[in-house]
Amino acid sequence: MSSAPPAVHSHDPAGHDAHHDHDEHGASHGTFGGYLAGFLLSVLLTAIPFWLIMGDVFRSPTTAAIVVLVFAAIQIVVHMVYFLHMNSKSESGWTMLALIFTIVVVVITLAGSFWVMHHLNANMMPMGAHDDSMPMSPEGARQMR
Amino acid sequence: MTTTTIASGAAAPQFYTTEEHHPENGTLLGFWLYLMSDCLIFAVLFACYGVLGRSYAAGPSGKDLFDLGLVALNTAFLLLSSITYGFAMLEMAKNRKGSTLFWLGVTGLFGAAFLCVEVYEFAHLIHEGATPQRSAFLSSFFTLVGTHGLHVTFGMIWLITLMIQVTRRGLIAENRRRLACLSMFWHFLDVIWIGVFTFVYLMGTL
Amino acid sequence: MTPTPAPESLLFGRLSLEAIPLHEPILLVTFAGVAVGGLATLGAITYFRLWGWLWREWLTSIDHKKIGIMYMILGVIMLLRGFSDALMMRAQQAIAFAGFEGYLPPHHYDQIFTAHGVIMIFFVAMPMVTGFMNYVVPLQIGARDVAFPFLNNFSFWMTTGGAVLVMTSLFVGEFAATGWLAYPPLSGIAYSPWVGVDYYIWALQIAGVGTLLSGVNLIATIVKMRAPGMTMMRMPIFTWTALCTNVLIVASFPVLTAVLALLSLDRYLGTAFFTNDMGGNPMMYVNLIWIWGHPEVYILILPAFGIFSEVVSTYCGKRLFGYASMVYATVVITILSYLVWLHHFFTMGSGASVNSFFGITTMIISIPTGAKIFNWLFTMYRGRIRFELPMMWTVAFMLTFVIGGMTGVLLAVPPADFVLHNSLFLIAHFHNVIIGGVLFGLFAGINYWFPKAFGFKLDEFWGKVSFWFWVVGFYVAFMPLYVLGLMGVTRRVSKFEDPSLQIWFVIAAFGAVLIAVGIGAFLMQIFVSIRKREQLKDVTGDPWDGRTLEWATSSPPPAYNFAFTPVVHDLDAWHDMKRRGYVRPTSGFIPIHMPKNTGAGVVLSALSVICGFALIWHIWWLAAASLLCLIAAAIVHTFNYDRDFHIPASEVIASERARTKLLEGRA
Repeated sequence: MSSAPPAVHSHDPAGHDAHHDHDEHGASHGTFGGYLAGFLLSVLLTAIPFWLIMGDVFRSPTTAAIVVLVFAAIQIVVHMVYFLHMNSKSESGWTMLALIFTIVVVVITLAGSFWVMHHLNANMMPMGAHDDSMPMSPEGARQMR
Repeated sequence: MTTTTIASGAAAPQFYTTEEHHPENGTLLGFWLYLMSDCLIFAVLFACYGVLGRSYAAGPSGKDLFDLGLVALNTAFLLLSSITYGFAMLEMAKNRKGSTLFWLGVTGLFGAAFLCVEVYEFAHLIHEGATPQRSAFLSSFFTLVGTHGLHVTFGMIWLITLMIQVTRRGLIAENRRRLACLSMFWHFLDVIWIGVFTFVYLMGTL
Repeated sequence: MTPTPAPESLLFGRLSLEAIPLHEPILLVTFAGVAVGGLATLGAITYFRLWGWLWREWLTSIDHKKIGIMYMILGVIMLLRGFSDALMMRAQQAIAFAGFEGYLPPHHYDQIFTAHGVIMIFFVAMPMVTGFMNYVVPLQIGARDVAFPFLNNFSFWMTTGGAVLVMTSLFVGEFAATGWLAYPPLSGIAYSPWVGVDYYIWALQIAGVGTLLSGVNLIATIVKMRAPGMTMMRMPIFTWTALCTNVLIVASFPVLTAVLALLSLDRYLGTAFFTNDMGGNPMMYVNLIWIWGHPEVYILILPAFGIFSEVVSTYCGKRLFGYASMVYATVVITILSYLVWLHHFFTMGSGASVNSFFGITTMIISIPTGAKIFNWLFTMYRGRIRFELPMMWTVAFMLTFVIGGMTGVLLAVPPADFVLHNSLFLIAHFHNVIIGGVLFGLFAGINYWFPKAFGFKLDEFWGKVSFWFWVVGFYVAFMPLYVLGLMGVTRRVSKFEDPSLQIWFVIAAFGAVLIAVGIGAFLMQIFVSIRKREQLKDVTGDPWDGRTLEWATSSPPPAYNFAFTPVVHDLDAWHDMKRRGYVRPTSGFIPIHMPKNTGAGVVLSALSVICGFALIWHIWWLAAASLLCLIAAAIVHTFNYDRDFHIPASEVIASERARTKLLEGRA
């Protein structure tokens, strides 16, 4: 039992990864360059969509919305990588796994709710009486009369 | 020192370790899991805004109300506070208590500025009659943005508490862990804000 | 009846003497009973000078085992409350026919079915499931405690705080009369102006904090604190189901929190989320709450599946058939449970495409569940089955749950659901899976792990009495509801016109009485077992020839669980150890690092309850004051850096030596 050299510090053969600095954690603190790069990127990724919308660059609101959303998605990734130091290594990959699962659930919640409620509104509330946002189709209007 | 020779063949392997077994500290993982759950709270608020955000009830719409200049200013505050918190973490890694506290203080100031602008914006809207009660759109707008603001407020309380604790006890392991947790919290709020300014403000003025 | 809203006073909000239901004889008698019983308990504790012991050893304890036991006690107490509600409903429906009003006025009846549902799900099933996970998981993975011991204590007290608020509603004011999910617009301020829905909201919010934190805690425990050598695929199956359940908790309870928060904004501030006017949409509430609600079902059933798996493999003396497929089935159920929520409201009107998508996903989820049933059956096949009590519950579960599962698939067909929606068929279905699945699992678990927790087995005779009355009572109580549901009888109705229906309700009421006998026999079983504890004693720590690590230590386990951390080489680690000649260590003990007890959890939870009560009754000054105290107390708690200590080696040696003696005495 005591024959093993004392320097060997591996009492878990397979279960855990070999992180053994208990106070410091898996996550790194990043570097100055990393933070700066993240900051500059996010300034850029924030400024462009603001400019696109405030300067009315796109004529079609749908295009504008899609472009702005893409910028947001990229910026979120930038923040995750440079500020939250997400990578597949920290905490043996568990943080990444948790993040992926959360994203799946968030997407299900958002997309599912929009889908369900959109169909519900289409089926059950054809008139949208007070909403200027929901233009009545000509047929719908005729039926109403 | 003992441990484990993995069993091979018939030799009875070691079934216990006679030294103190230290499992890894789970605080950062646990806090990350909490943040994921918080993420779902925001998901619900975003879903509500997505579904109800065009139900103006003949009241004002986002186009009528939002002042994108103000939002851009607020975004700048939050982004700056993010990088100053990053600097605080870098100083912490170098074990410099004084400058860590300095950058934490700067972060707090940016956070406070963000909150002031938000309170001003809300007060202005309410003054104009665009209250949370006016329409489902405004209810979901105020709740989503307000919940983010509430998180920032709690982050500020936490920040101040931690600054006192670092001053008193120094950068001990426990305080470093707490600073790392608050760091995740702070940057997480930044990520949520990206969603807010894009989905609520930018797309709301289309 | 709801009193007409009185003007609110600055000091007491809308709380006045009228809030005490003096005009309700049933409540008065209950109150008298609770008061006498409560005073007697308090008196006894004082008389025997147990307060100090109770405070030091239990209330402030951060030992996962004690917290687990306290969760179970909470669950059993609330079961009695929830079941009395059930008996009252069955009695009312059995007699209220053809013009006779029964003994419960509709408003009271509505509160009873709401309270029954809320209590059974949130304050019986949840605490018991959490209790098992708390008790068993750290032992099964060879850990000393959970990852965040203080948080565990705090979680328990928050859950208890929620239960306290629900119980308070019985005697001060009223409870919600909306059904257990409090759909708006009925739960909105216009139709539920008084305190019932507010009790509902704050009880669930406070308990929800506890549930969420305990979910985070147990995930971190399972991920970080497994014994050396225990890879994911060597984890006991109960630990696997606990992991998946806690993932579901962390990823679904926030949704409930958010939805209830929005409902309270509607009620307190007059926002327009779920209103009929100002652009609000009540259907959004239904949509969101079921995004939480469906995973919740699996939160309850997965740990029960885990219990059955442990029980089957132990009492058949075999490794579980298809361990890997069981794990994958559990994980698949975890993910699929997020894709089926709309089947709770097919009739809302989302149309054919939406309904068919959710109908199909619902049917798909029965595939992994079916796979599990086959795994258990194949484990039993050619096993040496010992029909001890846990195994009896397991077999009863398999039969009952399959019936419940099949009626579930019937309901998953949208056109069929249009006929059966909100009928008693649905009630029969979900009681069939929750009683036949969760509750039978809990009883199997209680009989299985009781000797581990207390060092003596439970009495078999009374256990069998309880088992047979429960199982038979269940069928007698709920099969008639399937029949009534197919005839078109809807749920939540307090009186009926058609006398030909009465016989079915009478049969169902009789079944409820049988279940009551089953519950009585269960209490008797515990009482008798405590009386006969010397006879039923187990000194080995392994009374069932168990297979997982919790049976490797003594019963009850010492505070530190394992004197030396086990090292795992195979699935079913303890079985492996026994097979390969493990020798219990008797020397070389060292001090053990453990967390310290703290009263902070009790304090924080008490402040939360006060804050909730004040919000319910619109006592704004008290709400603000208690909220500030809550934040202050939480901050003060973080200034306490002195949170752990070492159990001295001498103490470890003493308790291990005592165990050596016991084992030798037996040999």
